[in-house]
Amino acid sequence: MSVLKDIGAIAKGMSITFGEMFQPTVVENYPDGPGPFKGAKFQERFRGLHVLQRDENGLEKCVACFLCAAACPSNCIYIEAAENTEEHRISGAERYAKVYNIDYNRCIFCGYCVEACPTDAITHGHGFELAAFNASNLVYRKEQLLMPTPAPQLQR
Amino acid sequence: MIETLKFVAFLLLKIVVITHVLLGAVAYTVWLERKLIGRMQNRWGPTRVGPFGLLQPIADGVKFILKEDMLPPGVNKPLFVLAPLLAVALGLTSLAVIPFGETVSQLGKLGALQISGFVRADGSIMDPGVGLLIILAVTSIGVYGIALAGWSSNSKYSLLGSLRASAQMVSYELSLGLSLVGVIMLSGSLSLRQIVDAQAGPFWHWNVFVGLQFIAFFIYLTAAYAETNRIPFDLPEAETELVAGYHTEYSAMKFAMFFMAEYANMFTASCVATLLFFGGWHSPLEGLVKYSLPPLLAALEPVFWFAAKIFVFIFVYIWIRGTLPRFRYDQLMAFGWKVLLPLAIANIVVTSLYVAWRTV
Repeated sequence: MSVLKDIGAIAKGMSITFGEMFQPTVVENYPDGPGPFKGAKFQERFRGLHVLQRDENGLEKCVACFLCAAACPSNCIYIEAAENTEEHRISGAERYAKVYNIDYNRCIFCGYCVEACPTDAITHGHGFELAAFNASNLVYRKEQLLMPTPAPQLQR
Repeated sequence: MIETLKFVAFLLLKIVVITHVLLGAVAYTVWLERKLIGRMQNRWGPTRVGPFGLLQPIADGVKFILKEDMLPPGVNKPLFVLAPLLAVALGLTSLAVIPFGETVSQLGKLGALQISGFVRADGSIMDPGVGLLIILAVTSIGVYGIALAGWSSNSKYSLLGSLRASAQMVSYELSLGLSLVGVIMLSGSLSLRQIVDAQAGPFWHWNVFVGLQFIAFFIYLTAAYAETNRIPFDLPEAETELVAGYHTEYSAMKFAMFFMAEYANMFTASCVATLLFFGGWHSPLEGLVKYSLPPLLAALEPVFWFAAKIFVFIFVYIWIRGTLPRFRYDQLMAFGWKVLLPLAIANIVVTSLYVAWRTV
């Protein structure tokens, strides 16, 4: 009788694999999918390429306090601060980051900079296509990290 | 003289065409396997090269040719080179005796759809009287390719893999051969063509539905899986223990040759199963449904049925691979010697009694 049981077990396994053939795939459609991530899907908490946020007026949130650079264990954040003036206003506070570089050769995506930031300016986005042919291309400048200007602000 | 030359030229043409059809089928079986296993695991399989990944075999072939052909230090060079050649040559040789249809009368003497089959003047077909024995012999020699590969590679993984392969193939060869004896007794011939002719008619005339031959068929199928080193009997190349088994040290085209040999052996096993148990090129509804086809299509219709049955067997190969895990080595040996062999012998006894009862 155990033979029949074994045959039954094999038949059950075979029926499962046969049935699974007609189920939809669980594969993400990367890189043929729509959107900036080409079909790749992420958990909300995924720590990818940093994004420098803007406030509701379109001004940069970063106030160049250097806390992120101080928190960074791999020392990959480089900031040069400058003063905002009446006619040249970049951020909402006194100072703004004139230069904000993250060296992705060194970044370990630990998220400490995001935790340290008092104005929630630096966040982890979901960008992950960070490969480069040249290591110097891996030093991302502020222009690459900033959130794009929202459409109404462009007309100002 | 001219007649002889024409004969040889046609024969060579037949060999070239059939071998290329087989090699193409082998390449696309790899594609089919990746695709089907992918679907069984809820992913897509190859999709990047061509529509549905259909050009993947060509890309693979180009890659295999362009890869560096490594010759590791310490190998026995003549045997190291000979082993894959032997494997693939023997894998393709058994094709010579496999009939896959009756005749295409337009082609005259060479119209027999079998490399080693020729049409006599009276229209009957001459084919090797011991075709089945030739196939069994050639597939048994096939173990040399694997054994030599492991021996000459100067690597412990290869050696262990080839040792396992030799032991396994020798053990399962017995039950494989014995499982076919029942069919041979029923049809009273070793000629593949006569075995198929004995099964002419609708599907209940097929050997697998005669008496207890379905047991012989399952013994054959199991033993054939072990013969071709396929999952669940792929111990010679068990990735988890032996890296890649006997072909660990092989690269580029030599590796591809082992790959081709494995798939060619799968095709041979499927062909034998089709010919011996599933009525060869006969349609399952032969004599039940009447229809007429243009002459050329009518000549090729048997080839279609033959190919369809082989496709089913190849599908089952892949399906099993997608389902069953690998045997443990002692389980494999115990199963071969304690279950399959006695069962095959019992089948011979029962079938001979049946044949005796039928003739009385």
